[in-house]
Order: sequence, then C-alpha cells, then structure tokens
Amino acid sequence: MSIERIAPISFGILALLGWEFSVQWAEIPPYLLPGPLAVMAAFWADPAGLLGSLLSTLAVTFTALAVSALLGGVLALATSVSRLALAAIEPWAVVLQVTPIIAIAPLVIIWVNDPFISLVVCATIVAFFPIYANTVAGLAAAPAELSDLFRLYGAGPVQSLWLLRVPVALPFFLAGLRISGGLALVGAVVAEFVAGSGGFASGLAYRIMEAGYRLQIPRMFAALVLLSLAGIAINLGLGVVARVLMRRRGAARGEA
Amino acid sequence: MLSIEQVGRRFAPGKAGATEALRDVSLRIVRGDFVALLGPSGCGKSTLLRLIAGLDQPDSGRLVWDQAPAPGEIGFVFQDSTLLPWASAAENVFLPLRLRGVARATAKNDVWAALARVGLAGFEQALPRELSGGMRMRVSIARALVTRPRVLLMDEPFAALDEFTRHRLQADLLALWLELGCTVVFVTHSIYEAAFLARRVVMMTPRPGQIGQEIRSPLWAERTRVDPAYTALVAEIGAAMDAAMVAADA
Repeated sequence: MSIERIAPISFGILALLGWEFSVQWAEIPPYLLPGPLAVMAAFWADPAGLLGSLLSTLAVTFTALAVSALLGGVLALATSVSRLALAAIEPWAVVLQVTPIIAIAPLVIIWVNDPFISLVVCATIVAFFPIYANTVAGLAAAPAELSDLFRLYGAGPVQSLWLLRVPVALPFFLAGLRISGGLALVGAVVAEFVAGSGGFASGLAYRIMEAGYRLQIPRMFAALVLLSLAGIAINLGLGVVARVLMRRRGAARGEA
Repeated sequence: MLSIEQVGRRFAPGKAGATEALRDVSLRIVRGDFVALLGPSGCGKSTLLRLIAGLDQPDSGRLVWDQAPAPGEIGFVFQDSTLLPWASAAENVFLPLRLRGVARATAKNDVWAALARVGLAGFEQALPRELSGGMRMRVSIARALVTRPRVLLMDEPFAALDEFTRHRLQADLLALWLELGCTVVFVTHSIYEAAFLARRVVMMTPRPGQIGQEIRSPLWAERTRVDPAYTALVAEIGAAMDAAMVAADA
C-alpha cells in the first residue's frame, strides 16, 4: 500500500484520537460535544433503530434518484428533439433548480397525502436538475464532423439520436447521476426535517431531531455519521456504476 | 461528371464583416479523375468540398451533376478520422450501410472486405483508441469506400499524420484509386502531396477564395518521390503558387 493510500486513513484516525483526547482532557460534557467513543456507544445502544431509519431515508433517496433519472433523461430527449419542448420546459427546469427546497417542502407535504411520496417529490425536485442539464448538454455535444457524416449518409433524426447523440450523451448523463445521487439524499433529509413528526417519522433526519429534543447528543452524532457515510457510499457507488457502464460499452464490440 | 458554375459562398458577418469564402468558382470534374484542390489555409478549398458533398449550399452559382448522387454515392474523409469512439473498426465501417437500413449480416462481407482493402484485416474488432492515428485514418477511408462511392471527397485527410505514415497512406490511396476507378477530389495545403497524388492540381487563392492556375500531372501509375518528373512537378507547382500569392497580395 502506497503512502498516499495510507495517508487519508492515518489522518482520519489521528483526528479521531485527537478529538477523543481533547474531549476527555477538557472534560467537555457529552451533551455539548461527545467524543467518538461516546458516538459509537450511542450507535451500539440501538443499531437496529438507527439502521432502520437509514434504510427508510435511503428508500426515499433511491426512489427519488430513479424518478429523477427517468424524468431528467426523458425530458432531455424531448427538448433535444423539439425546439418547442425546449422552449416550454427549460424555464421551468430552472425555476425548480433555483427555488430552495426548504421553501417548497411544506407545500408539497400539505398537498401530497402519502408521506413517502411527499418526501420522494421533494428529493426529486432537488435531484432532477443536474441529470436533466447534463443530459441536454450531452445530447448537443456530438462533434460537428460526425453530425455531417450522418447527414451525408442520409441519416434520419431518429437514427442520429440513437446512433450518435444518445451514445455521446451517456457519460454526461452518468456524471449528472452522480451529482444527483448526493443531492437526492440531501433532498430527502431536508424534506424529513420539514415534515417532522407529522411526516413519515422514521427517517434519519427524524432521528436527529428526536435525539436533539431529548438532548441525546451522541445519538444525534451517530445518525449524522450514518448520513455522511451513506452520502459517500452513494457517490462512490454511482462512480463505480459509471465506470463499469463505460467500460462495458467499450468492450461491447459488434459482430459486423 | 460534375460542373461547378460560378459558385459563390459568403459566411455570416463576423467582427470583420461578412467573409467571402468563394467567389465565382468554376470547375469541371470529369469521371475517374484525381483532382487536388491546393491552397493555403482560408482559401475556401474545404468550403468548396462541402458544397460538392451537399453539406452546404452556394449563395450564388450552381453545381450541375450529370447524375445527381444518392446518399452513399459520395464518400467523405475528414481531416480527423471522425470515428465513433465507442464502436469497433467494423462497426464504424458498417455505419454508412446501417444508416441505409442494410442488415448487419448482409453487410458483414462488404465491411470486412473494405477493412482488408485498406490493410486492416485482423483489426475488425479493435476500438479506435486501440489503433494508431494512421490506422484510424485507414478505418475512416474504409468507411468512405464501403458504399462503393462514385466520388471520394477528402479534406486534408493526412495533414495530422506523421511524415512516414503520410507517405505510406498516400501510396496506398493511389493504389486504391487505380483499383477502384472512382473520382477523387482531394483538398490539401501540401504541394508535395498534391504533386504526388493528383492528375490535376487546381490551385486556389484566398480572400476571396478563387480558382487559380491548373497544372496537369505528367506522372502516371507507377511513381516515386525520386522520379525527376515528380521533382520537376513540385517545383512547377511551387513557382505557380508563389506567383499566384504575389498576384493576390498586389
């Protein structure tokens, strides 16, 4: 293992040790700042409850991500085929992007009766734009000479789309998906916060609030740590998915 | 085969006003000929080639074909190999046939034959990134040839290659032309390339792009770069080009 590979792990361990020692040495009470050991103890006190909440949040996140991918992909295709669709959709996509989810979430939660669906809607609003915008850019990114070549051989619009523009757009779409993965998690957590106990009452955000009210600060930290680990895992996971897909495309050699 | 009659083309005004890429260009191209359009950058030779390909329309004048070409009857080779990076050599060569609706199984023989003809037998499944620049250009030429075009248009296809690869590809192109008998219009800014390849060297001068002098090559089939006739032709074209540039500047 090279020194570069060990460096981040060693640094993390050192930081945790430093944190634990400072907390002990300065006798900071755990309700202000718990040390890493106290956080781990809080997790082990109720792993099923916290992991269950994590699963609930992840269910919202992945549903929202799937809906965003589908919606973003389909709308990007529509806008790239029809100027009218582009003119009609583009401004609203931007409106969705610039409106803070925290401001819309209460409305969505009032309008949508089902708590799960309302959370998914909020997370989708946040996660949708990067996929849509990246795919639109990708669909327009085919080199001019290749477009000329397709024109020269009398390719129809459908042929140009499937044989040239969609394959060119694939890496753009995957990059958007990776950005949106993290955003979907953020969106899900924000929506859970807004929904509070009136909502689904099972996600990690709800656990964080609940622990805060009860001054179970170590448990709050444990939930936070789980959230960021989930975010990191989603980011890395989608990175792997993108790499595998791109490599498989390179390896998919035709029979002709 | 094709008669270009007083063709003009202007491009939309930029900072320096409208650019006149071509003015009053007339040229007849006969069947089976190898015509080099020779000139410095910006003399409109690529624009003229795009007009012949039908990728662009003239603002004035017209192009009259004896028989209007259908899609696939014109092959085009760009300066860059312009291959689909995710598709194998065979898939790339199959593309023009695929766009015409030819089934993969039906096309297979033609595709493999086209690749073999440019010296790429055995590389059918290779991806563009696994091939050298010269091999990618060969794939591009195979793709242009797979539809058995009547006309092959080439836009500085070897300009980005190293000298050794360029010489080999020039010799191979010449052999292909003799074998296939299609008409070639070859855009280049290299006097040596024009002299080595073409039967007719048509010189163009810039701002606005106009046809200048034309020189017929005395060389035939078997030619080498040490042939005194080739050397003399290079000198003749060079002198004519210099004179044209001086006249254009005056």
